[in-house]
Amino acid sequence: MSTDIVTRAPKRRLRDRLPVVHQLRQSVGLQRGMLIAGLVLTGLFILTAVFAPLIAPFGFAQLRDAEGPFGSQQAPSAEHLFGTTVGGYDVLSRVLWGAQTALFVIVIAVILSIFAGVLLGLVSGYFGGWLDRVLVVVCDAIYAFPSLLLAIVMSIVISGGQSNLWGGVFAAAISITVVFIPQYFRVIRAETVRIKAEAYVESAKVLGASSGRVMFRHVLRNATRTLPLIFTLNSSEAILTLAGLGFLGFGIEPTAAAEWGYDLNKALSDVSSGIWWTALYPGLAIVLVVLGITLVGESLNDLADPRLRGRRRVAQASGVVAETSVVPGGTLSAGPGGLSGLEDGESFDEHGIGVRS
Amino acid sequence: MRALLIIPTVFILVTLVFVLMRSTGDPITAALGGQLPPDQLAERIHAAGFDRPILVQYFEYLGQIFTGNFGTTITDNRPVTDILVKYGSATLELAFYALLVAFVVGIPLGLVAAYFRDKGQDAALRIFAILCYATPVFFAGLLLKLIFSVWLKVLPVAGRASTSAQLQMEVLPNKTGLYTIDAIMTGNPAVLGDVLAHAVLPAIALGLLTAGVFLRLVRTNVIGTLATDYVDAARSRGVSEYRLVQKHAYRPALIPIITVIGLQIALLLGGAVLTETTFEWKGLGFMLAEYLQARDFVAVQGIVALLAVIVALTNFIVDIIAALIDPRVRY
Amino acid sequence: MSTVVSIEGLGVSFATDAGPVKAVDGVSLKVERGEVLAIVGESGSGKTVTAKTILGLLPETATASGAVVLSNKAGTAERDVITLSKKQLRAVRGTDVAMVFQEPSSALNPVYTVGWQIIEGIRAHNDKLSKKEARAKAVEILGRVGIPDPEHRIDHYPHQFSGGQKQRIVIAMALVLDPGLIVADEPTTALDVTVQAEILDLLRRCRDEFGMGIVLITHNMGVVADLADRVAVMYQGQVVEEADAKTLFASPQAEYTKALLAAVPYVGTGTASAIERAEQRPAGWAEQAPVVEASGLEIVYPGRFGRPGFRAVDGVDFVIRPGEVLGLVGESGSGKTTIGRAIAGLTKVTGGSLRVLGHEMNGLREREFRPLRSRIGFVFQDPASSFNPLLTIAECVAEPLVIHGRAANPREARARVDELLEAVQLPRAYGDRYPHELSGGQRQRASLARALALEPELLIADEPTSALDVSVQARVLELFAELQREFGFASLFISHDLAVVDILADRIAVLYRGSLVEEGTGAEVLGAPSDPYTQRLLASLPVPDPVAQAARREELRRLREAV
Repeated sequence: MSTDIVTRAPKRRLRDRLPVVHQLRQSVGLQRGMLIAGLVLTGLFILTAVFAPLIAPFGFAQLRDAEGPFGSQQAPSAEHLFGTTVGGYDVLSRVLWGAQTALFVIVIAVILSIFAGVLLGLVSGYFGGWLDRVLVVVCDAIYAFPSLLLAIVMSIVISGGQSNLWGGVFAAAISITVVFIPQYFRVIRAETVRIKAEAYVESAKVLGASSGRVMFRHVLRNATRTLPLIFTLNSSEAILTLAGLGFLGFGIEPTAAAEWGYDLNKALSDVSSGIWWTALYPGLAIVLVVLGITLVGESLNDLADPRLRGRRRVAQASGVVAETSVVPGGTLSAGPGGLSGLEDGESFDEHGIGVRS
Repeated sequence: MRALLIIPTVFILVTLVFVLMRSTGDPITAALGGQLPPDQLAERIHAAGFDRPILVQYFEYLGQIFTGNFGTTITDNRPVTDILVKYGSATLELAFYALLVAFVVGIPLGLVAAYFRDKGQDAALRIFAILCYATPVFFAGLLLKLIFSVWLKVLPVAGRASTSAQLQMEVLPNKTGLYTIDAIMTGNPAVLGDVLAHAVLPAIALGLLTAGVFLRLVRTNVIGTLATDYVDAARSRGVSEYRLVQKHAYRPALIPIITVIGLQIALLLGGAVLTETTFEWKGLGFMLAEYLQARDFVAVQGIVALLAVIVALTNFIVDIIAALIDPRVRY
Repeated sequence: MSTVVSIEGLGVSFATDAGPVKAVDGVSLKVERGEVLAIVGESGSGKTVTAKTILGLLPETATASGAVVLSNKAGTAERDVITLSKKQLRAVRGTDVAMVFQEPSSALNPVYTVGWQIIEGIRAHNDKLSKKEARAKAVEILGRVGIPDPEHRIDHYPHQFSGGQKQRIVIAMALVLDPGLIVADEPTTALDVTVQAEILDLLRRCRDEFGMGIVLITHNMGVVADLADRVAVMYQGQVVEEADAKTLFASPQAEYTKALLAAVPYVGTGTASAIERAEQRPAGWAEQAPVVEASGLEIVYPGRFGRPGFRAVDGVDFVIRPGEVLGLVGESGSGKTTIGRAIAGLTKVTGGSLRVLGHEMNGLREREFRPLRSRIGFVFQDPASSFNPLLTIAECVAEPLVIHGRAANPREARARVDELLEAVQLPRAYGDRYPHELSGGQRQRASLARALALEPELLIADEPTSALDVSVQARVLELFAELQREFGFASLFISHDLAVVDILADRIAVLYRGSLVEEGTGAEVLGAPSDPYTQRLLASLPVPDPVAQAARREELRRLREAV
């Protein structure tokens, strides 16, 4: 019936294997709209960050040009489209330069936490034992702790609170990293524990593969599939944490770099006197960037979960009847449940909540 | 028995705070370095015992925390527990109102989004949810202030109550520090109105942040449970779609939600620091920010350790509630 | 007789990632009152989709055409389910047609009591009924489906019932509003054989005592023979044959039906070949050192937080000699899988002795055991997860060769991999495919190829065919027997199905709750079982022949009464 049919398996095309591109093609309707909106916003953010020196009309610490000082708290005008701050900086320029600082911090924070979190999660989840238990308790404790407070404490430790561009960026990034490690740790560890029980890992163990081989060849690559998702969600959190630090005065000096949270802090008193432009634009910048990255992340999350993924409706009587047992992608060979396996996705894990304890 | 983890959790957090805060050097130098001549500085360091071996200080610190002593501030020389007594009620009140906003907005809208899944209403609600947690609380606070206090002038700009209301509550014989309760006790509806008017904007700013998280969480979990066999089974018995969402999907979905609510307490407290600063709401978070500005790290260490204990306690309580709701778990 | 449901020209299509797929194509069927219609087919045949259409339970990604005309029990009203609005559908569900699901533990909401869930169904259709009356009705129906002490048990949560009891409760929910038709979707697949027999009895009573029509969806020919009055065989979305049960089993017409019936394993088929193999063994064979020898084997899973552990295996003795296949049979929780895992060093032995290839496993360290692993092969139950989804089949099959230094990398091992693939009758080109591009049966073949790559002396097969369709299972079993003849490995073959074990095993061991209750050759264990549990297990196994099955049912009733 099935085993004797020899057909070349269709090689998946490159564009279907690239992350994001694949999901974009897979998505439909509203989900696609949300993903595209997110990608556009994120793209704009990255472009702004990269080309800030070219786009921004003034430097981030520039107080005067050829015609003299900008003046303090000037309303938006042709020269200063977004007005000027209480400190006399050009708001538009600082908003644009702020994108660069934010991108630096995201990239450094995410890279650091991925390395530390993934490695710890993998080793801890794979070997288990007392080390695992201790790490889980420690990470759970840190995870439950207000991340902003932890970031504050970390930034005090690293920089004493204030510093120049790179010092400030690293201080913020490392503070955020410490907050994120437990998150990566939890996700990767949970995945590792799940994959460890899969038959293919047991099979490798039965064959006599060494722990290192099992961990890196079989577990790691399968455990890191959810990384793009955590990556996006944490990027947005990194921006918020950075802004929070800046707002509390633990950011970067205005002369060292532009930082949105710091500008909002300085705008705090402006608002009471009805000066809106100093708060609105940096705030909007934060909201749009976080919105964009979160939209991408949530869309990826939905597309990865068959229960949340929307599909096109079909016209009646379209499609071919699936060959029993052989279906492209293997989705139909769902056991005696037949086609129900198609739509139900994973069943709700009803034993998930400590039935044994 | 996950609940037993509270003891190591508190221990780890308190230790972590101590190690981090003290790795920068002694707090006296941090706070007063440059303001005092070196010999006076050294004298004060010696008097406070910061020149002893770090392990000795650590065990002393643990012992103090065990007896409920979180240290004494350097800048104004008062016990940290005093700050808790004086300002804790303000934070508690803010957190309560914010959670109220989060529940009232987040959970019903989450159910609505799940019910209209993938339709226009769902998309709009999801964008709303993302906007809720994409907006930093201080920016939301600034916008709300700008619109309702500065332009429309319908709500107060900052603070917990106007001066006259505060004076009326100040003279109460057994005041609680929770202004809502105190205002009721004055028996003057104008005072209560004033106190509530002050709470509206901070509660919305902080509450919407958490509401967004709740909305998303309720939606995802309800959609997840709607795909289970038992919902299909109930449907096959003729149970209405509304009831399927309302009863069959909601309650099993609630169990993971309650666990996450525990974690949201942490987010809420972090947000409270920012909200209190934005609205000059004189609570623990506001004081923390003040002491941070003054570089008084003994106060910071004390307040942070205290908050850690509070977070651990709340999680403990939430775990117990989650276990009580789930009939499969019986201790 | 009156027709309760009449399906005419039904077609159903699904939207999938790979484009639209047609699941059901021009199906027409009828069910009368008091009749059991079995819809039989393998996975992907469209039988479950057909059943769900009767209740209008298709997901939103599906589109249906044709007509499903449903009558109420009195025969006074007719409605076409496909054209009904959501509200009208709700009125029909539960009152005119009800459903029994495959997995009883997931069909009950874990956070509400069973009584609450039954009463909810009653009150959804009759809001005038008081809570008290509804409760009385629920208690009554629980009693009728055989739940002891229903007045008290009604307030229990689903997790407080056993699997069989849960399925009884699901059936009670279906019965409570006295519908004319019950759709039972694989109602016994998730249950053990002995429990299955009880549920089938209950369904028979539904037909006889309640006068219901039943649509029975199943892949198990034995279940069909036991319960069905009429049978419709589905293949690739179409009905290929429809006949009354006796005629279908006695003289199947369609080629597919014939092939399907021929593929069903039958107790007693393997006995002759086992005797033949035993006769060919050289003298002195029995004196050889055994490959595996267990004596007083105990395996206890540690309890959490100081609670007593779970005793999965409790004092088991057996031996496997070189070149011999030992079939290990038992129901869920019997400890059969645990024993297999212990031999492969995946689970720790906690007591007694287990010698594998001359090494004591009790207290063995992984490092000392690793060299031995090249002499042991393992085939896992679930073909879906037994391969790393990111590696090609050739890379997976080459894995043992690379690990044990027979090849430097997968590419170098390719020639040997191709040989192995051919040995398990897979085309060489399949080596370049990814696991998800293969069907379950093909993956199980590849799994055998991987297990045999190093020509092991011992092969452990843990339910290798239980996730497969019958026709695929038949060919995997055939292949297994052939490979065993060719390579001559000793094997522990684990299964819950006596008939499957019988085909391959030289000797059969029956496990019950961690203890070995009976062991012997197929002729001894299956021909004249001495242990009451083995007798019950054997009698519970339905045979694909309605006449013979009726006789066995009597035998089972006698055995049950004797207990």
